[in-house]
Amino acid sequence: MTEKKLESAAGDKLMIRMESVNKWYGEFHVLKDINLDVRQGERIVLCGPSGSGKSTTIRCINRLEEHQAGRIIVDGVELTSDLKQIEAIRREVGMVFQHFNLFPHLTVLENCTLAPMWVRHMPRREAEAVAMHFLERVRIPEQALKYPGQLSGGQQQRVAIARALCMKPAIMLFDEPTSALDPEMVKEVLDTMIELAESGMTMLCVTHEMGFARTVAHRIIFMDRGEIVEQAAPDEFFSNPKSERTRTFLGQILH
Amino acid sequence: MQTTARVQPARSSLLRDPKFRGLVFQILAVFTVVGIGWYLFQNTQSNLAQRGITSGFGFLNNTAGFGILQSLIDYTETDTYGRVFVIGLLNTLLVSGLGIFFATLIGFVIGIARLSPNWLLSRLATVYIEIFRNIPPLLQIFFWYFAVLRAMPAPRASYEFFDAIYLNIRGLYLPSPIPADGFNVFAIALLAACVAIVLVARWARKRREATGQLFPTPAVAIGLLVALPGLAALVAGNPVTWSVPELRGFNFVGGLVVIPELVALTLALTLYTAAFIAENVRSGIQAVSHGQTEAARSLGLRPRHILRLVIIPQALRVIIPPLTSQYLNLAKNSSLAAAIGYPDLVSLFAGTVLNQTGQAIETIAITMSVYLAISLSISLLMNWYNKRIALVER
Amino acid sequence: MDTHIFKPDLKRPLLSVGALGWLRTNLFSNWFNTLLTLFSLYLIWLVVPPIVKWAIIDADWVGTTRADCTSEGACWVFIKMRFAQFMYGFYPHELRWRVDLTVIAAIVGAAPLFVRAMPRKLIYGAFFLVAYPALAFWLLHGGFLGLVAVPTSQWGGLMLTLVIAVVGIAGAMPLGILLALGRRSDMPAIRVICVTFIEFWRGVPLITVLFMSSVMLPLFLPEHVSIDKLLRALLAVMLFEAAYIAEVVRGGLQAIPKGQYEAAAAMGLGYWRSMGLVILPQALKLVIPGIVNTFIALFKDTSLVIIIGLFDLLNSIHQATVDPAWLGFATEGYVFAALVFWIFCFGMSRYSMSIERRLDRGHKR
Ligand SMILES: Nc1ncnc2c1ncn2[C@@H]1O[C@H](COP(=O)(O)OP(=O)(O)OP(=O)(O)O)[C@@H](O)[C@H]1O
Ligand SMILES: [Mg+2]
Repeated sequence: MTEKKLESAAGDKLMIRMESVNKWYGEFHVLKDINLDVRQGERIVLCGPSGSGKSTTIRCINRLEEHQAGRIIVDGVELTSDLKQIEAIRREVGMVFQHFNLFPHLTVLENCTLAPMWVRHMPRREAEAVAMHFLERVRIPEQALKYPGQLSGGQQQRVAIARALCMKPAIMLFDEPTSALDPEMVKEVLDTMIELAESGMTMLCVTHEMGFARTVAHRIIFMDRGEIVEQAAPDEFFSNPKSERTRTFLGQILH
Repeated sequence: MQTTARVQPARSSLLRDPKFRGLVFQILAVFTVVGIGWYLFQNTQSNLAQRGITSGFGFLNNTAGFGILQSLIDYTETDTYGRVFVIGLLNTLLVSGLGIFFATLIGFVIGIARLSPNWLLSRLATVYIEIFRNIPPLLQIFFWYFAVLRAMPAPRASYEFFDAIYLNIRGLYLPSPIPADGFNVFAIALLAACVAIVLVARWARKRREATGQLFPTPAVAIGLLVALPGLAALVAGNPVTWSVPELRGFNFVGGLVVIPELVALTLALTLYTAAFIAENVRSGIQAVSHGQTEAARSLGLRPRHILRLVIIPQALRVIIPPLTSQYLNLAKNSSLAAAIGYPDLVSLFAGTVLNQTGQAIETIAITMSVYLAISLSISLLMNWYNKRIALVER
Repeated sequence: MDTHIFKPDLKRPLLSVGALGWLRTNLFSNWFNTLLTLFSLYLIWLVVPPIVKWAIIDADWVGTTRADCTSEGACWVFIKMRFAQFMYGFYPHELRWRVDLTVIAAIVGAAPLFVRAMPRKLIYGAFFLVAYPALAFWLLHGGFLGLVAVPTSQWGGLMLTLVIAVVGIAGAMPLGILLALGRRSDMPAIRVICVTFIEFWRGVPLITVLFMSSVMLPLFLPEHVSIDKLLRALLAVMLFEAAYIAEVVRGGLQAIPKGQYEAAAAMGLGYWRSMGLVILPQALKLVIPGIVNTFIALFKDTSLVIIIGLFDLLNSIHQATVDPAWLGFATEGYVFAALVFWIFCFGMSRYSMSIERRLDRGHKR
């Protein structure tokens, strides 16, 4: 991994605003008073021990999980239980999952054209052109007619990224995109994500790839027990963590 | 020395050679099977000779000479055993067809209810499934037939529904349609509506692919189905008149009578099989991982499109194979008809005809072949289908 | 360096917790859900009160004759008076202890097999499988070693149902396993024979097989040989079930990774030893749930022996309902039969599910 920093500054426009968001699973308080602002073009890495609520936080942003208190505003639209608004926000927010979640009954190309056709009402031809464009960007255009089951894990994850990009989202969410991959495939996916970062995409990424975080992130957020314990720019975060909890965590993860 | 050393093991290795041993084993097995078959055949021959039974299928042309409770084709006592066979087969197909239709309907509804987020409804569905699949189908048939339908009142005291449907000890009386003046026009209109729907659906798909516009095909289809035949009926007059059952003296005349045997059998087979189908449907839908729905949601797809484009196509792959085997089970269970005297293939042919003619081997062989033919053709179809839809994996 | 002070856990806002919250999320989360709840309540109201009224509130429980059944509801007196017959059929009164003893012996003898930590389970199991059938036959049928013979024509009721089901499945197991091995054999002739056999029995309804056993079997055998009616039914059931067992076992054989076969072969074990020592023990363990499910299906199917005139549980009850002394209580009879069958089948299906879960967990580990 190159340690060179990506120098593209974040804009001023506020893309995501979470205001004292609280969430419970049953009686279990998973998210406690989460406050987070993400500006356009900003790249944020979330890290923290297992079960600290990282996935839950980003899943709240596109309403895969419902929050019970506080406000979440995405691209100027507040998330309520109104399905129309939820769908509007989901159109603008792409998500990549740990386990890819490609549709196994559709070809790679069909995976990528499904949402543009049915959600954005794109003609098939146009949708296919868009899909091929993004498949080329993730460097697997030649796999377009195969089924997901025929691809390697790394290839599948790149298809999943292309699938999300085909909706031309304003924000991309990644939930541990490389942790289900064999080591030799991690790099190909991270490279794809770095390229995406270079293009100025707003990104929120849960990952334990600290090299990636150092290169790409504007800000690293450390979560534990449902709280944001610390957030800082990568240099600051790694060299001079403020809280002792963060230091312990970094000690474990960086060996 | 060298040569003998090589020859020696070669000789004994013939016995140790797995290929050779396999061959011997197979020959032995075939001989055993043929031997048993020959032995049974010999015994049968001498037994038949002893009892003075001539084997062969000639009896199919003899006159049957008995009445049949229900027949889908014309039948009198002077018809042949061959015709009795056809009647039995048709009755079996009728019961199986009715059972499959209703069981699929109820099974899908209950299977989906089982997955409902509504706690009460899903519990009710579970209770249904657990009750009906754990009671022998024959017992269910007996219950509906002896405890319910045979305990129905005489025609005069029939249960009445909507002034048109009557239930009594003689069976279920339904109104039956009789074609009237407007029937032909109506039928043509109906056909035209179907053709129009196919054309609209095609056009809508083409347009969607070309422009991305969605078209409310289902709503238009329902509209066409109602409007065209409705218009035809307005213009050309009533398409059908209904023959409504009516009490005359001690019995009903008119309408369509469904004999209690058929009602009991259909009801029991439907409720029993529906419980299994519901479980298949539930596990099929659950087999589509939650991640699939989440991925579809995060792309902004509408719930109904998620269902149609992501969940149903995947769930059906899981549901259809066990579903067909449930259909086969239902067809085989329809032979329980024999226990309440509904004239299906088994009760007519392997029962009555066998008793009358004594042609045990022929009647049972014919009956079994019919079921075998049905089973084999369905499993061939299934194998073909499974290959076609199998998800492509590495 | 700061020490982060974690915020305390808070209670979830009201309306989403407790009984009220539960009701809201599970029954009344939106108008459609509310509609479904009301519909379900309506269904329950339609079905449950009449049944409770008939079966419990209005029912007659005490008495000895039909004249004691005076109320509107169920006449459980009928079941009470005929109970012994439903359990034992025409088995002589004074000898019924032998049936009870057989059942007790089965429970006591089999119990150790269900204790997970029991040592030498396999040896004990094998011993039980050999000794118990002999003991059961001696107790039930007798005719030697000091017990009076009770011909099978006097067997009936639940006891006969159990005999057919248990003997049927136990007899079908060895044949089924052989057929499964044969179907996976690489010898074409063996494979063809096994596939034909399996597909034949699976393709026809059991009722035709029973017909066959009662009218065709006598033709197949030499004149002087006549087989007991029950034995004929058992034979039919065994052949029939063997085909189903074979398919279940085949599933288990397929689930064993190829490496196991290769490892067994690499150890120099011959076919039978690698099957018997390595493959089958693993495969059979995997298919226990499948075998239990086959047994449930068979248990329900035993009711078909009514067709050839055996008096199993269902037939005993059926005959009792047409007894002129107790006419008009068919519903009570069938409900009772249903309850007995249901308890057995439901219990076994729960058992099979619990094993399945345990096997699943074992796999994931
Ligand atoms: N559907 C759910 N129901 C109940 N509890 C849940 C649910 N999903 C997650 N949790 C709990 O919420 C907590 C936070 O989960 P979350 O998945 O957000 O953690 P995470 O930080 O992403 O951890 P990981 O690194 O393991 O993915 C965990 O303790 C988890 O057990
Ligand atoms: Mg997570």
